[in-house]
Amino acid sequence: MEQKKYNEIVKKHTPKEDSLKNGFWAFISGGIMGMIGQFLITFYVRILDVTTTEATSFMIITLIFLGCLFTCLGFFDNIVNFCKAGLFVPITGFAHAMMSAALEYKKEGMVTGIGASMFKLTGSVIIFGVVSAYIFGMLRYLLFGGNI
Amino acid sequence: MTFNYRDVYLNNTCTIVGPYEKNGPLGKYFDKAYKDFYFGTDSWEDAEAKSFVEGVKKLLKKEDKQIKDIDLLVGGDLLNQLVASNYAAETLKIPFIGIYNACATSTLGMLLTANMVEAKQIKNGIVTVTSHNNGAEKQFRYPVEYGGPKRKTTTFTVTGSASCLISNEKKGVRIESATIGTVKNMGIKDVYHMGAVMAPACADTIYKHLKNTNRSIDYYDAIYSGDLGRYGKDILKEYIKKEYNLDLKNYDDTASMIYDLDKQNVYAGGSGPACAPLVTYAYLIPLMKKKKMKRILLVATGALMSQTMVNEKHTIPAIAHAIGLEVLDDIS
Repeated sequence: MEQKKYNEIVKKHTPKEDSLKNGFWAFISGGIMGMIGQFLITFYVRILDVTTTEATSFMIITLIFLGCLFTCLGFFDNIVNFCKAGLFVPITGFAHAMMSAALEYKKEGMVTGIGASMFKLTGSVIIFGVVSAYIFGMLRYLLFGGNI
Repeated sequence: MTFNYRDVYLNNTCTIVGPYEKNGPLGKYFDKAYKDFYFGTDSWEDAEAKSFVEGVKKLLKKEDKQIKDIDLLVGGDLLNQLVASNYAAETLKIPFIGIYNACATSTLGMLLTANMVEAKQIKNGIVTVTSHNNGAEKQFRYPVEYGGPKRKTTTFTVTGSASCLISNEKKGVRIESATIGTVKNMGIKDVYHMGAVMAPACADTIYKHLKNTNRSIDYYDAIYSGDLGRYGKDILKEYIKKEYNLDLKNYDDTASMIYDLDKQNVYAGGSGPACAPLVTYAYLIPLMKKKKMKRILLVATGALMSQTMVNEKHTIPAIAHAIGLEVLDDIS
């Protein structure tokens, strides 16, 4: 049988992913994440009497901490698995991916394990994040000048 | 290549599983189950090696045999360089062959041992295969605690070890034939759809086995594939009908038997070297002994994937080996 014909059989028996359902829950959970973030910013501005910019950094740190803590406690993967893009697109997803890799390689030692493998999943996020920040930063400078 | 055996028997078996298998529909049939993934050790790799050693020791105890009575140990697992089997063999001190055919390792080990028993080169041989869900996830997929979304066609590696004793002593079930499969590659690149990767190899081996033994498909009371999963099953049925004009009627897949696919969160079903033998030893052989089935054909299927080759955009080859088992009326 030709590969093309076989591919048709495979396609026929391969289930469709529930994009609509997944999208719905990602929308809801992503929205809740946004609300929590906004709540934290307002909270820090009121309680610590800092500017919104500083409070935003505190909010990010808080969410990263919680993402890491919940990953270590072992239940965050189930929540991420259910919420999908709602949780792994925000900063919590980055923290979760990094912490899960660190946990996984803990046994292999500090340097050869955690150090070498912690960025296994997130390494490419950092690399391409930096590269695209550079490209878009340059574009912005060239198109709109440095004063925007 | 097909072999017919006159005097080879699968005397006894031992099965050890992890928590998911215990909670599955066949949970009560396994010899031992662990509640967590560590099996009392510090790492998943150690746990897998421990389940290997424990399986062999329990099997020897069941058969009232000593380590010195065993001429050969054949073992395999999924981990790089077969570490679980190698470290277990170091403890067991039985002459050892480590084999790798991914999830088809079990039937390959059985047929290699059966050949040596038939040729009277060895008297007693043990075949043990292991797999470990977390160990396999770490090596082939993502970190275990990472909860990224998985596709419906993903399979869930079985945790456990399955051991069997093969000899020419007339006891247990008879191993009557075996077919060594050829590697097939139908151009699938998707590592999350192993059923599609392995179905052509499975179909090819079933067809060649029937052709070489001159048997019709009805000769066997049932045919079991290794770990095609719930979608791979349908692909196999349609492919084998179109390509070889065979109707798979009394057919099931061990990957969809070991778990409750609707209630347990295992996607398309089980996989791993231990999947097919665990179901066969714990559930199918006892059914045969109760005379519910007389002859079965077990076709364990293996996707011979490597993360490097997948990243380099290669398609995934697959293999399947078949073992024919028969229960005789005059043996216990």
